[in-house]
Amino acid sequence: MLYAVLCYNDESVTSAWSKEEDDRVMRDLTAVQSKYVETGKLGPVARLLPTTAATTLRHATGETIVIDGPFAETKEQLLGFYLIDCESLDEALAFARDLSTANPSAGSYEIRPLALYEPGGLPS
Amino acid sequence: MTDTAWIDLALTSSRPQAMGALLRYFRNLDLAEEAFQEACIRALKTWPTNGPPRDPAAWLIFVGRNSGIDKVRRQAREAPLPPEEQLSDLGDREEELADRLDGSHYRDDILRLLFVCSNPVLPATQQIALALRIVSGLSVKQIARAFLVSEAAMEQRITRAKGRVAAAGIPFETPDAADRAERLATVATMIYLVFNEGYSAMNGPDGVSADLCDEAIRLSRLLLRLFPAEPEIMGLTALLLLQHSRARARFDADGSIVLLEDQDRRLWNRRMIAEALAMIDKAMRHRRPGAYQIQAAIAALHARAERPELTDWEEIDLLYQALERLQPSPVITLNRAVAVSKREGAEAALAMVEPLAESLSGYFYFHGLHGALLNQLGRAREARIAFDRAIALATNAAEAAYIRKQLDHLADEAGHCISS
Repeated sequence: MLYAVLCYNDESVTSAWSKEEDDRVMRDLTAVQSKYVETGKLGPVARLLPTTAATTLRHATGETIVIDGPFAETKEQLLGFYLIDCESLDEALAFARDLSTANPSAGSYEIRPLALYEPGGLPS
Repeated sequence: MTDTAWIDLALTSSRPQAMGALLRYFRNLDLAEEAFQEACIRALKTWPTNGPPRDPAAWLIFVGRNSGIDKVRRQAREAPLPPEEQLSDLGDREEELADRLDGSHYRDDILRLLFVCSNPVLPATQQIALALRIVSGLSVKQIARAFLVSEAAMEQRITRAKGRVAAAGIPFETPDAADRAERLATVATMIYLVFNEGYSAMNGPDGVSADLCDEAIRLSRLLLRLFPAEPEIMGLTALLLLQHSRARARFDADGSIVLLEDQDRRLWNRRMIAEALAMIDKAMRHRRPGAYQIQAAIAALHARAERPELTDWEEIDLLYQALERLQPSPVITLNRAVAVSKREGAEAALAMVEPLAESLSGYFYFHGLHGALLNQLGRAREARIAFDRAIALATNAAEAAYIRKQLDHLADEAGHCISS
């Protein structure tokens, strides 16, 4: 079953990382990813720009409104996601646990099964 | 990350909000700062064993406010501080306090804190030092190193700045829309000054000057998170990101300046560029042009060009003309002359530059560009005079070294324009 692992953290904390800290976290996360790449289970991985670069189009009762920034001010922001093909929820949780070990600052990993996955046509 | 590094990060990222709230509560910058420091000390004691609170900023506000109250009471009645153990039982009250923090209050708290540090009664150097100390939480030692002054001199500068701010008074009424817009513009100017201080003092991609640029970007992002629909704050953030994205390419292995067109563009930070371009796209949708947005758009045209010969100099010239209409300034005309020299040649640019001689006689870049244009036109003797004056006005060793290199190559037919 395909799972999305959605990574949330306090953006004001992660954006305060020095370049060395940021590089170290990325390197450790990449090491976790490579284990799953080797098994052929890891799909697309995305890291998002900060929510200050976000724009939200909100559709409500027949009207669309464009809002600068994310939909809601939240204590943790969505910073990125992984798609992974797992036999069970436990396996997806193990992957998320590996990620959390590589990324020592507090944060959340939301694990949600996919209802639909279309790879699309983007060149890789 | 070390065992306490996560605490340092949580304290750093909570600082603007906590300091802003404590300033509103105590109406005194020194008291707010002491209260915050006390709260940080208690956090360093309790968080390693109790774990981090759900909302670090709210925790710090609560503890800081209580310690400030205790201090006032002690001064009045010599009452003892409550036992340390009682502080470990803050869970329920901390949650309650966090729920009561609302967005607009906290936005104005932080804006007020930034505005206090940006007070125009302070000279630029004091504004920068105060913001780095109060909002960013840099130590006096760190700030002194960034400014190349002694710690004692920096301590004095900050103390004087606080005194002037206290004398000028701190506005505690909730700002209306006009007040808020004015404060935003004042704060944006201060953030730009912080960035420029780091940018112009840099002599390599690392070190305390680069830290100042990082800090300015952090402050600008903070402002943008508070006021996400402000196109000029988007423009400011984009401008700082674009300038800083070139940090690794601006200097060679010897620490000499590398001009924009000679930089290795593979060294540009593409993520910063992508973030900046996204913000410019957003800002343009508002159709409210401002100086930061236009400067960011100019920097974006450079960033988008994969090779210098692909640079859209015509568009850059048009943007500089728009900037001249918004903010007439000989420095802007000087920058525009670079674009004109690319489009129409050195003769046309020289005709634009020479009328600026009087107002820019003390400006390093004026003489550098003047010399480069004269050199391109084969007027070597006049170019040498201009370059000598540029060296005398250089604000750092890298600038002086760059001009000396130009003098060494005066015989070259192809000169370079100043644009690093």
